[in-house]
Amino acid sequence: MPQTAEHLWLHRFAVLTALATLLLIGIGGLVTSHGAGMAVPDWPNSYGYNMFTFPVSMWVGGILYEHSHRLAGSVVGFMTLVLALWMNGRPAAKWLRWGSVVVLALGLVASTSAKVKLDNVLFLVGTGVAGFGISFVWPRHEAVSPRLARFGLLALVLVIVQGVLGGLRVTALADWLGIFHGTLAQCFLVLMCAIALVTSDWWARLKAESPPVAVPAKVRRFLLITTLLILGQLALGASMRHQHAGLAVPDFPLAHGKVWPATDTISLETYNRSRNDHREFKPITARQIHLHMAHRIGALVVFGHVLGCLLKLRRTMGAAHPVAKAAGVWFGLICVQFGLGIWTVLSNKAADIATLHVLVGAASLVTGALLTLLTAAWSGHSCPLPACGQERPPHAPGAGL
Amino acid sequence: MKSLILTLTAVAIVAGSASAGDVTGKITLKGTPAPEKEIPVDPTCGKLQAGKKVMTRFYVSDATGGLADCVVYLEGAKGGAASDKAVVIDQKGCEYLPYINSAQTGQPIRVLNSDPLMHNVHPTPAVDGNKEDNKAQMAGGKPLDFAFTKAEKFLRFKCDVHPWMFAYVSVFDHGFHAVTGKDGSFKITGVPDGKYKLVVEHRKGGKVEKEIEVKGSAKADFTIEAK
Ligand SMILES: [Cu+2]
Repeated sequence: MPQTAEHLWLHRFAVLTALATLLLIGIGGLVTSHGAGMAVPDWPNSYGYNMFTFPVSMWVGGILYEHSHRLAGSVVGFMTLVLALWMNGRPAAKWLRWGSVVVLALGLVASTSAKVKLDNVLFLVGTGVAGFGISFVWPRHEAVSPRLARFGLLALVLVIVQGVLGGLRVTALADWLGIFHGTLAQCFLVLMCAIALVTSDWWARLKAESPPVAVPAKVRRFLLITTLLILGQLALGASMRHQHAGLAVPDFPLAHGKVWPATDTISLETYNRSRNDHREFKPITARQIHLHMAHRIGALVVFGHVLGCLLKLRRTMGAAHPVAKAAGVWFGLICVQFGLGIWTVLSNKAADIATLHVLVGAASLVTGALLTLLTAAWSGHSCPLPACGQERPPHAPGAGL
Repeated sequence: MKSLILTLTAVAIVAGSASAGDVTGKITLKGTPAPEKEIPVDPTCGKLQAGKKVMTRFYVSDATGGLADCVVYLEGAKGGAASDKAVVIDQKGCEYLPYINSAQTGQPIRVLNSDPLMHNVHPTPAVDGNKEDNKAQMAGGKPLDFAFTKAEKFLRFKCDVHPWMFAYVSVFDHGFHAVTGKDGSFKITGVPDGKYKLVVEHRKGGKVEKEIEVKGSAKADFTIEAK
């Protein structure tokens, strides 16, 4: 990879996009924590307005969260488009050109319909014309690397899917889509952070120098498993949040006063009647209590695994090794996350605490994923799965993600 | 001929009213419920309340202990006057009024907006066959009509702009239901003579029931214990 000034700016832009994604997840977390996911009943319009012309005076109550999330989503979507074009270079100018023609055509078709407001038509036509024009001057450079370019494309596809999922969750009144929307967001963040990492100078230097000791394959596999466990735990968390039923278990360390809560009909009725919350959540069900308990057990499993990663890396690489130090940070994050989980329960699911719990969860996943990627690269092996084949020597073709 | 029709009609009316009457009674709250909580409304909605605190409405009772917002119904009853008159719920000061309602399947539930700001009206039914919906309602917007095809107790309506706004509608597949007023009294009208199970359900206080016999009319009082 050539270490040009342009490459440096690409890396900086990738970091910025990753940060914007984290912020977007935070705002999305606030939307669900405040139960405001349906505060704007239409999509892609907002109360009949084009989302970019929706008057600020109407950004009140739950609308403020939901609308900010939509705008932030558009910003991240736009940044991802720029990043994908940047990473793909000259060949991508063609997509930009034809994509813009499609948008322009859509705008012209929309202009013939009385149902579509003028601001939407102008937005589509304007975007189409601008994209078409830009495609003749940018991008003109070579792709950074064919492999990396494909990841840029993947990011673009994911961000579009993610936007549509978020929209359908609103228009199809499908709470359950929120689970996928929340989980895909975490995966997208990992991809963005990975792109930011592998476009860095630091990564290029790392690939050039092989370390004296490679991280053993067993430990690398354990890192991967732990990271996947965290993803599973985040998916469980998203499932709990998108039930919109508040806390299925309101106490800690006990659960409804017991080590394992009762979930018979009479107990459920008692739990629901005794809830004294002005947020008047949906009644809790046995399934939600089981989900909640699974998340608590999941927390212990993840905690044990991350601790295991830390100990294994310290033992095999030495406590002073950067990878062992990074695992220390990871373990620290998990401890904070553990505390935030407890705090979420004790605060009766206060919106800001619950959202912080989502964000630190995202940070834990990213740390695990980047550590897995890093140790794999360090070992001259781009994939830590045994299924990926035999260990390749460092700098082998295909190892250079 | 004309007088014959009039006579027949009169007979029919008398016969009809002879076999159908009112079931009335009063629900009294026993015990002291947990105190209601103040709702942290936003400043715009606070202004509409003119300084009045907005409180939760879990147990609403009067000085005599009469418990409002109990849903009273004849379990398993059939028929009753099909009502096409809408059940009306207003949004005022960022609260739904009334809080607890009852309706028949298919009966229009009309939501008004008396506020100078917008709401979204979002019923969240839990019974299969009843459709979730979510509609915007601007200040001065037209009333919105909803209807449900399946019976469902305490079907929740919410506003997501103001996450403390809730109303409940219990939907029945017959016409014999009522909600207790401020004094805890209720009246189910047009009940044909016969034996019934009269059920009282309060969203927080739970359910009590009694076998009753309607002969012209019937009266039944209940107590609900605060939980
Ligand atoms: Cu509202």
